[in-house]
Amino acid sequence: MSDITIKITDREGVTHEVQAPTDMAMNVMELVKAYELAPEGTIGICGGMAMCASCQCYVNSDHELPEMSPDEDAMLAEAFYVKDNSRLGCQIQLTDNLEGLEIELAPES
Amino acid sequence: MIKTDILIIGAGPTGLFAVFEAGLLKLKCHLIDALPQPGGQCSEIYPKKPIYDIPGFPEVLAGDLVDNLMAQIAPFEPGFTLGERADTIEKLDDGSFVVTTNKGTKHHAPVVAIAGGLGSFEPRKPLIDNLVNYEDKGVEYIIRDPELYRDKRVVIAGGGDSALDWSIFLSDVAAEVTLVHRRNEFRGALDSVEKVQELKKLGKINLLTPAEITELKGNGKLEELVAEREGEEIRLETDHFIPLFGLAPKLGPIANWGLEIEKNAIKVDNTLDYQTNVPGVYAIGDVNTYPGKLKLILCGFHEATLMCQSAYQRIYPDKKYVMKYTTVSGVDGFDGTRKEAPKAVVKTIE
Repeated sequence: MSDITIKITDREGVTHEVQAPTDMAMNVMELVKAYELAPEGTIGICGGMAMCASCQCYVNSDHELPEMSPDEDAMLAEAFYVKDNSRLGCQIQLTDNLEGLEIELAPES
Repeated sequence: MIKTDILIIGAGPTGLFAVFEAGLLKLKCHLIDALPQPGGQCSEIYPKKPIYDIPGFPEVLAGDLVDNLMAQIAPFEPGFTLGERADTIEKLDDGSFVVTTNKGTKHHAPVVAIAGGLGSFEPRKPLIDNLVNYEDKGVEYIIRDPELYRDKRVVIAGGGDSALDWSIFLSDVAAEVTLVHRRNEFRGALDSVEKVQELKKLGKINLLTPAEITELKGNGKLEELVAEREGEEIRLETDHFIPLFGLAPKLGPIANWGLEIEKNAIKVDNTLDYQTNVPGVYAIGDVNTYPGKLKLILCGFHEATLMCQSAYQRIYPDKKYVMKYTTVSGVDGFDGTRKEAPKAVVKTIE
């Protein structure tokens, strides 16, 4: 069992420091749901298939993230409020090298 | 007025399976769904994606699951009100309900089962300042009647299947079709992308990429769009603008039906029958919540089954009934069909 610490800023602007397991094949979207940092039904609507962009987040630290798949890239091309540091939370797997990751949830759209 | 035994709000997998369980109890069902086709998220968001946790199916595509459910419930002849959103509910003196859609269609039933998933799907609107001013004055988010665009100039925005498919379809109907997308790449079926490419070469579709619509202009109705492509401003004269950026579910009017809501879901009694705080109104599948709730299709099937047994008791309080096994009793459709296990052949060994 190993945990990493991640800072998540919710849509109200409140930052939460949470412990995230790296041995449960979880991603950032699921972590947000597990800690209930976004209202149910406003995040992870497609379940994590990179098909809805409801888990869009801005990555504010300079961690090396998994490379963007064509699916994620294309979904972000249709999302709103997209910035250069936008990613889909469901496509960021929680791994040991993400210790200290800082992310901010994009507005609901 | 449409009359039925169980009025089901939402035609996703849970709502569809409820028709089968109700049918075994000889209860008729009618379904209302805001989407133009049954299947809910399975049809709308991920029809080509596999599901691995439907009992008995090591793997099934979401779209195939819906097709199978439709085949399974066909003998029970469910009615459908599609493309309409259930807006209001009224309880009559006899305890039955009248549910009216946004288009005014009225439905009457002694039992209402809400199987609305995450809510009704509403179009996602791009963030353009004055977009809403032109709604129904040239701006539509859903194509309901393609004939509206005959011989008109149409601009479609988006990069997914619906933007591609409608551009292809309307290229034969409209006077001019322009497809605008923020990227050069499209997220859609390969054959749709190739078809658009071909139609572009034939001059039947204008492609404007990577570009975004930034402003709408017109006097009382839409006349012109302003697009930006890599810093360059481009003006497009048009009659219609159709932004197709997918649909997002919203709980919507159901939230105002006097039902107890928690975490954007309807609270139900999971120890008994998935009834809400309003007797006669049930909530099943992803739309409900209770301690330990899991939003899984297989859980929705279970909830639908228990709901139907309770609905039967509510509709026929004086009738005694025990649950039957389909293998034993077969399935008698309302359409006169009957399915049953072959009878065993008894032979004597001499």
